[in-house]
Amino acid sequence: MSETVVTDIKPFSRVQMAQNAAADIPEGWYVNLGIGMPTAIADWVPAEREVIFHSENGVLGMGPAPEKDSIEPWLINAGKQYVTLRAGGSICHHADSFSMIRGGHLDLCVLGAFQVADNGDIANWATSENDTAPAVGGAMDLAAGAKRLWVLMDHTTKDGSPKLVTRCTYPLTAPACVRRVYTNLATIDVTERGFVVRAMAPGMTFENLQARTDAKLHIAA
Amino acid sequence: MINKIVQSMAELMTGIKDGSTVLLGGFGSVGQPNALIDGLIEQGAKDLVVACNNAGAGHVGLARLMELGRVRKIICSFPRSSDPVVFETLYRAGKIELEIVPQGTLAERMRAAGAGVPAFFTATGVGTKMAVGKEHREIDGRTYILEQALKGDIGLVEAWEADRWGNLTYRLAGRNFNPVVAMASALTLVQTQHVRELGQIDPDHIVTPGIFVDRVLHVPYGDPSGF
Repeated sequence: MSETVVTDIKPFSRVQMAQNAAADIPEGWYVNLGIGMPTAIADWVPAEREVIFHSENGVLGMGPAPEKDSIEPWLINAGKQYVTLRAGGSICHHADSFSMIRGGHLDLCVLGAFQVADNGDIANWATSENDTAPAVGGAMDLAAGAKRLWVLMDHTTKDGSPKLVTRCTYPLTAPACVRRVYTNLATIDVTERGFVVRAMAPGMTFENLQARTDAKLHIAA
Repeated sequence: MINKIVQSMAELMTGIKDGSTVLLGGFGSVGQPNALIDGLIEQGAKDLVVACNNAGAGHVGLARLMELGRVRKIICSFPRSSDPVVFETLYRAGKIELEIVPQGTLAERMRAAGAGVPAFFTATGVGTKMAVGKEHREIDGRTYILEQALKGDIGLVEAWEADRWGNLTYRLAGRNFNPVVAMASALTLVQTQHVRELGQIDPDHIVTPGIFVDRVLHVPYGDPSGF
């Protein structure tokens, strides 16, 4: 019986996860998208909805990736990929760029994560206390500094362990800052009550979602 | 007449002592003063503390300096790169110290040094292992940790344009850490793609005023390539 239920679930694809997040970003927001899965969100914000994308290395107003024959070798993003600048885009130095982050000027940051706890803790930079050479980059600045933090990640690890937990076991990036999580199975708000389910992938039931989640889930009121 | 433009790498590198703290501009390979790092390799100073965003890639530039055993400690936010083999080998062997600093804290520590601010409170790192052993203070209901300014004995900078007073501009994402490296360092050494006559750079376009710059070398290598 449970086998049947499992096969009926149609998890959100990577593209759909990015689309889900992109649909919730209103015009006028200043947004930083983390390296990896979150970067794809920009592809699903239509150009006529003016959302201004920021990159940690001093780029504000990033446009889409360039065509191969029109690469500007002096213009990269924090993931060290070539990017473009939209009309109205600007360049600043690293301390000013991080002032935008740390000074609370960004409306939104979307990061990937290893774990998110139901009090909003995020762990996304090291997988053990003894990581040989952990690389934090700008993640702690973004998590602590942006007005709101969303996470885009798979609901469980590859071996099925929950990534939405009561307490992060990996080293924290920042405490109590995640406001929403977009996974391949659901979209979940982090509230004072804990995790509140906003939406689920087609075929997913609340009970089944709970079974794949370490922390208690709540139904949206 | 003030003329900060020097004619040779040897002249540019004069006076770098063993044990110096060296701040490096650059993010990825864009705006990274590679010629100056090669100059430092040639110059010979050792027991260096190097602060920059990454810990070098491949076996060139900063990675080469480390491979030669000249770097005692690296201060960076992201020791990984596409090819971090030199750093990782040295680190595993216990032959190099590592201080991991959140990227914004790294930039702000340099700016603070340049601005005469000895330390500052920040929310970045609170509640994480970055906060261990640091002074905590609650201000207006939020907890912050105290971070120290990061002064350079030497700053290595890549500019797009420079004049003989040391006024600098940068090109696009090549700006990155370079302006804060320039202001945070006691001896700021610059490689520039273009040399301009005094007065030729629009004063409104100068990003780093020459007061932060000591010596400039013309290194017109063209565009950065690869990471």
